[in-house]
Amino acid sequence: MTKSAKAKNALELTDLSVAYRVAGRNRAVLRNLSLTIGQGEAYGLVGESGCGKSTVALTVVRYLPRNGSITGGAISLDGQDVMKLDAEALRRARAESVSMVYQDPGKALNPSIRVGRQLTEIFELGGISGQAATDRAIAMLNRVRISDPTSVMQRYPHQLSGGMQQRVAIAMALANDPSMLILDEPTTGLDATVEAEVLDLIAQLRQELSASILFISHNLAVVSNMCDRVGVLYAGMLVEEGPTDVIFNDPRHPYTVALLRCLPRGGQRKDQGRLDTIPGFLPGIGADIKGCAFADRCALADDRCRSELPPLYDLGGRLSRCFHHDKAQALPRATPSDVAPAPKAAAAPVLRVAGLNKTYASHGHALRAVKDVSLDLRPGETLGLVGESGSGKTTFARLLLGLVPPDEGGTIELEGKALAPRLENRSDDQIKAMQIVFQNPDSALNRSHSIRHLIGRALKRLAGLSGKALDARLNDLVRSVRLTDRHLAVKPRQLSGGLKQRVAIARAFAGDPRIVVCDEPTSALDVSVQAAILNLLADLQSKEDVSYIFISHDLAVVRYLSDKIAVLYLGRIMELGPSEDVFSGPHHPYTEALLSAVPKLDQTETARIRLDGEIPSATNPPSGCVFHTRCPRKIGPICEQQEPPLSEAQPGHSIRCHIPYAELARLQKAAVTEPA
Amino acid sequence: MTLFLLSIMVFLGGQVLPGNVGRAILGPFADQRAVDALNHTLGVDRPLLTQYWGWISNFVQGDMGTSYIFRSPVAPFVIDALGNSMKLAAVAFVLVVPIGILGGVVAALNLNRPLDRIISLGGLSVTVLPEFVTGIILILIFGVWLRWLPISAAWPRNAGFFTQLYYLILPSLPLFLVLFGYIARMARSGMIEALDSDYTRTAVLKGLPWRTVIWRHVLRNALLPTITVIATQTGYLIGGLVVIETLFRYQGIGSLIFTAARGKDFPMLESGILTIGIVYAVATLVADFLYSVLNPRIRLGSDQ
Repeated sequence: MTKSAKAKNALELTDLSVAYRVAGRNRAVLRNLSLTIGQGEAYGLVGESGCGKSTVALTVVRYLPRNGSITGGAISLDGQDVMKLDAEALRRARAESVSMVYQDPGKALNPSIRVGRQLTEIFELGGISGQAATDRAIAMLNRVRISDPTSVMQRYPHQLSGGMQQRVAIAMALANDPSMLILDEPTTGLDATVEAEVLDLIAQLRQELSASILFISHNLAVVSNMCDRVGVLYAGMLVEEGPTDVIFNDPRHPYTVALLRCLPRGGQRKDQGRLDTIPGFLPGIGADIKGCAFADRCALADDRCRSELPPLYDLGGRLSRCFHHDKAQALPRATPSDVAPAPKAAAAPVLRVAGLNKTYASHGHALRAVKDVSLDLRPGETLGLVGESGSGKTTFARLLLGLVPPDEGGTIELEGKALAPRLENRSDDQIKAMQIVFQNPDSALNRSHSIRHLIGRALKRLAGLSGKALDARLNDLVRSVRLTDRHLAVKPRQLSGGLKQRVAIARAFAGDPRIVVCDEPTSALDVSVQAAILNLLADLQSKEDVSYIFISHDLAVVRYLSDKIAVLYLGRIMELGPSEDVFSGPHHPYTEALLSAVPKLDQTETARIRLDGEIPSATNPPSGCVFHTRCPRKIGPICEQQEPPLSEAQPGHSIRCHIPYAELARLQKAAVTEPA
Repeated sequence: MTLFLLSIMVFLGGQVLPGNVGRAILGPFADQRAVDALNHTLGVDRPLLTQYWGWISNFVQGDMGTSYIFRSPVAPFVIDALGNSMKLAAVAFVLVVPIGILGGVVAALNLNRPLDRIISLGGLSVTVLPEFVTGIILILIFGVWLRWLPISAAWPRNAGFFTQLYYLILPSLPLFLVLFGYIARMARSGMIEALDSDYTRTAVLKGLPWRTVIWRHVLRNALLPTITVIATQTGYLIGGLVVIETLFRYQGIGSLIFTAARGKDFPMLESGILTIGIVYAVATLVADFLYSVLNPRIRLGSDQ
């Protein structure tokens, strides 16, 4: 595929170097990067945050931040030298030949201009105005499968859901039929079901349009499903490149090998072994790199790797920047895989929730955020909470923690004793028994205190320690989350995201909690860091016999850590059971759809189930089974009229569906997928 | 609610001020019995709650009471002074809002270049100077040395619109200087934020001309916070001008309150302050209204 598009490449980067000026010094971000994207080709660029992926995108469209500059090399877009364009020619190139879609569509659209106007102004550039422009805009919205384009045109961006916003952004990007479309993390931050829809849309549009695609993502699975070729970027250098399936199935650079090992795959679970990690850190921007950039973190590295920059070896249709490309897959593990046998839960439940409800008042309507949730959790167990945003996961966690009081009637019991609905009325012991780790450690840790102060304070407040005892426990705790003494003196902002999350975990564990609620604890982290945090959580669990309530949109991660799964939809439990049963099925049609939406690295393309539309409003839930409006396996009027009970299909495994268990098994056997 | 609290504070503030009303009016040599009699006529010897209730219930009905000093209804004084103050505020407002916003926008578009530094630093330096300092300097320059402008704001009787305007330019200049830096800084930071935003990037990458990007996509979002600031400053422009009005011998509400406070003329003082409070409240209300009109997220937020 590389050679076939010889005629005129859509994009050619030649020895591109880009630097950011920080503190008066130019610091290299991209180092002699060369890559080529052929006509109609989809090229994926992967790598961890900070390796320069987005800088590539911004350089191509010449929209570098003020302090960024191109220090060498050339960019050729459709045969045009982008760096030689004057302002007017650059504007025309942006209008006609290159477009970009990026993360967070809510911010990418102008909040104070109607969607229609934001689209028509593109056509006006081409001299089409008035009704003609409106017609074109409507056609474009149709093209991105927006069902009611005329009304969407009249709306403001904030009145659309995230998925719709991203469709509009894609419609804007494709409006002038560009030859090059840059997608920079286009689905990051969207729900898995929405992500699947947007990815499907992009795949369909590729068939209809001629645009070449540069697809940037940290999500290897997404890239593997979308792209023909993939390039792996590390410290601003291309370290490996080749056809997607070849790279992901047979990587020849230790960095690619290590990245792939960090992901829980094929239904891997915590008791089957630790995830591998990548030791050390990405070199900072502008770091002076002698030899191979990855050498410091690579177990295969020898003296030559540290002193001499490896060339890009051409391995026949693929490239690898490694002296040892032939034995890259023999990279020794950085983290031993053996795990202590998990303590088997035999004891009485540590947490028992019965008939828990939460109703909010919303503009005079009752909004049932959590409806009739009952479950229990044993010591040392992890309960995974799964569901789209708006399904009630976080509200449920907040109810447990006493941050919001539940409706009258429900009970929460901790170790056999009823918990007061409000945090203020709980005893100190009860409070320290239940702690939380948030998604974003940046906002969870006070920026003006040192790490020692942050953890020390938690020990003082939660464990009631002081003096020598506090210091001793502090050292224990710090070691158990694998921080070192030198981290104690610094402030949070001096630590990386992964290290900050370790501090947050240490803080949560300060009072010997019985239950820790983990609300998307690894969502903001790179895969290598995520692996280390997941390992840490698993280790702490087997050591302390603590229970987790683990919320994550990443089903592979949930599966790795959880013993039990609760699938929530509109605040109701749709399915509850042991992790393996829920994932391997037969499962609730909603669970089936969720699993089917997850992009998988091991490309076993099966019949996909797509959920249409959005999660309905909780103020006005559908009658009968709340899922019937989107259910792919709806059987008839009974689904619209009667809410099915949550009935036990097998011991410990309950499903809320009218379809009998045996029938579900038969239906799903045809399309059994190997999840994540 | 705010106004109610304000009325109580004003009232109590007036009561705890040292001195005796009758004594203040009649002078130190008056007979004590005459002072008592006067106090009784004025009603200031009644219990506090009765006094407050009498005052506030009349105020709500539009009767601001009778001035102790002038022995005539307060309302015409207050309304007259308010009108004068509004004229002065209007002149300052018309000068400072467009120029302040323009300054901020220009500064943001030339971020970290000399022009930005001049506007930002210049704006900041004149803002930190109190208005009586700039006022005196301006009087010296334009009134005394150059003799371009009258040093008093008190225009001749029956002066026409342009004559009044002519007299008001010099007093409004110190106000301009105080507010310019403030408004320019808000506009500048709003612009910087909007210029850095993703939607501006989208607009640029659509290939829109720079001019369209700024006018259509950046300005409206950038100036929203500035509008709120400007509206709250309107309150200051009308109520906080004691110094300027005194300096330029201008019969505004600021100098009215100042005189009333010195003479312990409570009805006048209290009504004046409460009137300013109302002006503040109305200005804030207008600001909120304007903000919601310009910001679809607030305007339509409830139908989601």
